[in-house]
Amino acid sequence: MTATLERPPVESRPQQRAGIEWGPALVGAVRKLDPRGLVRQPVVFVVWVGSVFSTVLALTDPSLFGWLIAVWLWLTVLFANIAEAVAEGRGKAQAASLRNARTSTVAVLEDGSEVPAPDLRPGMRVVVVAGQVVPGDGDVVEGIASVDESAITGESAPVIRESGGDRSAVTGGTTVLSDRIVVQITSKPGETFVDRMIALVEGASRQRTPNEIALNTLLSSLTIVFLLAVVTLQPLAIYSGAEQSITVLIALVVCLIPTTIGALLSAIGIAGMDRLVQRNVLAMSGRAVEAAGDVNTLLLDKTGTITLGNRQAASFVPVGDATLAEVTDAAHLASLSDETPEGRSIVTLAGLGERDLGGAEFVPFTAQTRMSGVDLPDGRQLRKGAAGSVQTWVRSLGGAVPPDVAGAVDTIAASGGTPLLLAVASGGSARVLGVIHLKDVVKPGMRERFEELRRMGIRTVMITGDNERTARAIAAEAGIDDVLAEATPEDKLALIVKEQDGGRLVAMTGDGTNDAPALAQADVGVAMNTGTSAAKEAGNMVDLDSDPTKLIEIVEIGKQLLITRGSLTTFSIANDLAKYFAILPAMFAGVFPGLDRLNIMRLASPESAILSAVVFNALIIVALVPLALRGVRYRPSSASAMLRRNLLVYGVGGVVLPFVGIKLIDLLVSLIPGIA
Amino acid sequence: MSAGAAGWLQAGLLVVALVAVHRPLGDWMARVFTSPRHGRVEKLVYRAVGVDADAEQRWPTYLRSVLAFSLVSVLFLYLLQRLQSLLPWSNGMPAVESGSAWNTAVSFVTNTNWQGYAGESTMGHLVQMAGLAVQNFLSAAVGLAVAVALVRGFARTRTDRLGNAWVDITRAVTRVLLPLSVLAAVVLVLGGVVQNLSAGTDATTLGGASQFLPGGPVASQEAIKQLGTNGGGFYNANSAHPFEGPSAWISLFQVFLMLVIPFSLPRTFGRMVGDKRQGLAIVGVMATLATASLALNSWAQARAGGAALQLAGAATEGQEVRFGGPLSALFGTATTLTSTGATNSLHDSYTPTGGLLTMANMMLGEVAPGGVGSGLYGMLVLAVIAVFVAGLMVGRTPEYLGKKLGGREMTMASLYVLTTPAIVLIGTAVAMATAAGRGSMLNTGSHGLSEVLYAFTSAGNNNGSAFAGLSANTPFYNTALGLAMAFGRFVPIVLVLALAGRLAQQGRTPATAGTLPTHQVLFVGLLTAVVLVVVGLTYFPALSLGPLAEALS
Repeated sequence: MTATLERPPVESRPQQRAGIEWGPALVGAVRKLDPRGLVRQPVVFVVWVGSVFSTVLALTDPSLFGWLIAVWLWLTVLFANIAEAVAEGRGKAQAASLRNARTSTVAVLEDGSEVPAPDLRPGMRVVVVAGQVVPGDGDVVEGIASVDESAITGESAPVIRESGGDRSAVTGGTTVLSDRIVVQITSKPGETFVDRMIALVEGASRQRTPNEIALNTLLSSLTIVFLLAVVTLQPLAIYSGAEQSITVLIALVVCLIPTTIGALLSAIGIAGMDRLVQRNVLAMSGRAVEAAGDVNTLLLDKTGTITLGNRQAASFVPVGDATLAEVTDAAHLASLSDETPEGRSIVTLAGLGERDLGGAEFVPFTAQTRMSGVDLPDGRQLRKGAAGSVQTWVRSLGGAVPPDVAGAVDTIAASGGTPLLLAVASGGSARVLGVIHLKDVVKPGMRERFEELRRMGIRTVMITGDNERTARAIAAEAGIDDVLAEATPEDKLALIVKEQDGGRLVAMTGDGTNDAPALAQADVGVAMNTGTSAAKEAGNMVDLDSDPTKLIEIVEIGKQLLITRGSLTTFSIANDLAKYFAILPAMFAGVFPGLDRLNIMRLASPESAILSAVVFNALIIVALVPLALRGVRYRPSSASAMLRRNLLVYGVGGVVLPFVGIKLIDLLVSLIPGIA
Repeated sequence: MSAGAAGWLQAGLLVVALVAVHRPLGDWMARVFTSPRHGRVEKLVYRAVGVDADAEQRWPTYLRSVLAFSLVSVLFLYLLQRLQSLLPWSNGMPAVESGSAWNTAVSFVTNTNWQGYAGESTMGHLVQMAGLAVQNFLSAAVGLAVAVALVRGFARTRTDRLGNAWVDITRAVTRVLLPLSVLAAVVLVLGGVVQNLSAGTDATTLGGASQFLPGGPVASQEAIKQLGTNGGGFYNANSAHPFEGPSAWISLFQVFLMLVIPFSLPRTFGRMVGDKRQGLAIVGVMATLATASLALNSWAQARAGGAALQLAGAATEGQEVRFGGPLSALFGTATTLTSTGATNSLHDSYTPTGGLLTMANMMLGEVAPGGVGSGLYGMLVLAVIAVFVAGLMVGRTPEYLGKKLGGREMTMASLYVLTTPAIVLIGTAVAMATAAGRGSMLNTGSHGLSEVLYAFTSAGNNNGSAFAGLSANTPFYNTALGLAMAFGRFVPIVLVLALAGRLAQQGRTPATAGTLPTHQVLFVGLLTAVVLVVVGLTYFPALSLGPLAEALS
């Protein structure tokens, strides 16, 4: 288990949160004006076509109004590109540092020959000694070494990698700090973990996710509808004696089609991935991030996720005629030299301070005796250990086991704890003193988090090797919905399949090779970076911090991504109302003076009204870039509460804001001579 | 009693009647379309047509059945009109001209019942009974079948079968439409609607002049005309004709008939998907929109400007005195909110705001409550759009009734929303841009534009009511409106059945606290807003040059 790997508390990679780097983004945005790339974003592409047309019109029939519209339409396209470029820019910085890690290393094969790292093939065995960079992804097949993985994880504390077991995987680009290992390469050239990371953070391999495709369909359809509504308007306008210039019609189209969300859509997607990267999680596909938002069931390993890795002493229970003070004293003495976390927790619980044990002999725990303890200079032998072993030991020395031992042991086991029997032998007789209650300690704050998850409609299932009774007790304490006790990897897989058959999406974490089938089956499988290559290969996300609790954050990021899209779509559509009230009277009030009553914003002139709407439409994109990158504020709550809040902010806000915005812009625009 | 009080009373009575009937009728229809048993008459029909009634169809087969059935119906109705003079009971009418016959055939098969002709002087009793009246049943039955297929898409899981189109159409006729229209016809006859096979009588008026009074099987046709949200009148004056709509009571009853099936279908939907609250939410949206429209229309009619109108208390032009203003507004609202298109007053003569509202009712896609079947499937598709946007806002892949709304589902729903506005706007633009289109306009200015816009709105949405003031029986309008009706009916049906097929294949995601609830007031408000904003705003520019320009001038 990951928890056995002692590491200081993990801090996330320092984030380039300082702000948005507009300069490089602008360069990127200008480069993106190439229509071949824009075709992928139908809404922005329509604006691009409109910009070209209005520019041609401004050239052939120059007017201040025509030029202003053309310029602001180009700015609209540019702003849309900036949104994407800013999002991509953040990834680029990260990719650059990763590339440094990858630069030309030379691999030394087992037979001593040298091969350039890019030429390594799966199956080749390379030798890496202290100070060298691991040339490619692979498994340690010989030796043990401490490895600095900071190039990948941003975490400076070295980790242990050794052959066999669940800590055998090494990643290309990491540095061996001590010893010598033989690594069997597992990845093809160009497909290493670092390569994939670079592609991911740069957004190069970004594919549209299912929800993005669906939303794009809706947006395209709305674009076509509004395009039609405006194209068919001209014959009606001609009949009514209010023929409109093409420039005005283009302006109307651009204002009506959902440019805001169309412009920000891909930035939102890239930023979602970026938020994961900033929490040191790599998603192998955007699809997985979305799936995280949909998860109904979370499978959580007990150890390390729900409980602290180690059991802790909770109480001492005296048995027979022993007193509590006697038991406490004996437990303290028996554990002073015990460096295991359980041993230290007993010392802490006893609270008797430093004691001199000169001449005492520590008896370490072995698999045969299943006890540990101390032989004191005064001849006393103290032993603590599994109930059965200690009782056998006491009886073998001619001692008696008090009848209340069985009851005490059972009570502790029933409550989910582990009973340790404490006994003493001196002067040829032995007796059981008491029972030490070791219990799993639920991590602080977990109960609240599970409560949040429940409000979000997510069921939690605890996976543990413990027996059913113990598992239930811990689950009850942590506020977990269900348990899978005495779980084998097959049980895990079966549980996932069962949940999925019921239409639920399942997320889990795992690190061992035997977790791989379950990780692959789960809709969201988060592999720990400390885990095996098989696990990392099977999952669709890798947590570089190897922190199983992060699954909860991943779910939140997935949800936030979808919420941001939905909210900005609502906002974008709601904006149309105000734009109608700005543009339609401007177009037709000349012929039908009554329509001026729709000009409720009292905009200065038809030109200023149309221009203001176009300017608002462009500026709102820039104004929303930070929101698109950061994501809409997300607080775990029920769907109804969330919908109510977001409808209020982005729906009602989307109706009201443009009225105010357009009016303000109009006040400025009307100062331009020739427009008012 | 003042006109206002009468209006409140009428609307109140209507609501009470609808509330009382929608539960038993909705439950009955749910049973009709889920029962495994076939009736004796139905078995005969299946044997005659050669259908295996127990074999269920995939969506493409279901679609092919519906389209083939409709195509045959169009051909049959076309030939019946063209050969009228050679057939019995033609009352001496000549064959119907080909353009008009095509238009009428499409019109009745698409549940539109746009009438470019005057019924009493064009169609003999045979065409009226064997052609038009039969299509009044069948087109409504097709609408019901398609709606039921979509509901099955939501109700079923992991199957590619949507039911059997032939069985659904047959049952819609034998178990729903026929029994109800027999009941309705009896009430209408009792209320004074004509029912005979007479060619007509020559009568001498009080003033001594001679007048020809055409008779016919009016009541039987009137019943299904309203029940099936068809709207094609026996007489040109439609329900304003004293033989078709003799009294205020009968007119109110007719309004009830138009609304009763569409307002009961959400209950059927709720029953079939196993959650009646879902049906209640849908009916809530329909009722909200309908109530708002009626209130606005009544208000617009009552506060009409001008000295003469103020003296009369309200706008009265184009209305029957025996019905009065409120009932005219009620009828006009109901007929355009459903796909009926029957009229008891002239929409053309409404105040500009009133006229705008009748048009807007149709433009919203006729979903409040809409035509028989088509209203429900239209509203459900809009619900899909609403759920999609709202679902994203709660941070999940949107689900409606446990069905995920992915790319394919959204393609169907988006195209559905796109189709009708495209037909209406392109049709209107072409008409306004061509001499043939402008040549039929009897009015100038924005009112003239309103008439053309109304015609295409009515045809594209399969309503069938007309704004008058437009000579629509011309080659241009017969063809263009015929196409608008055909596309406006069948393109959406293709999309709805494709959507139903996709939905039925899916499993069902269980609802959790994280699932968007679609039965609460919040969702009702959201869906109402989506109907108004997503669909309604499309027409805003066109409306601003037509009725809006008029209303604000």
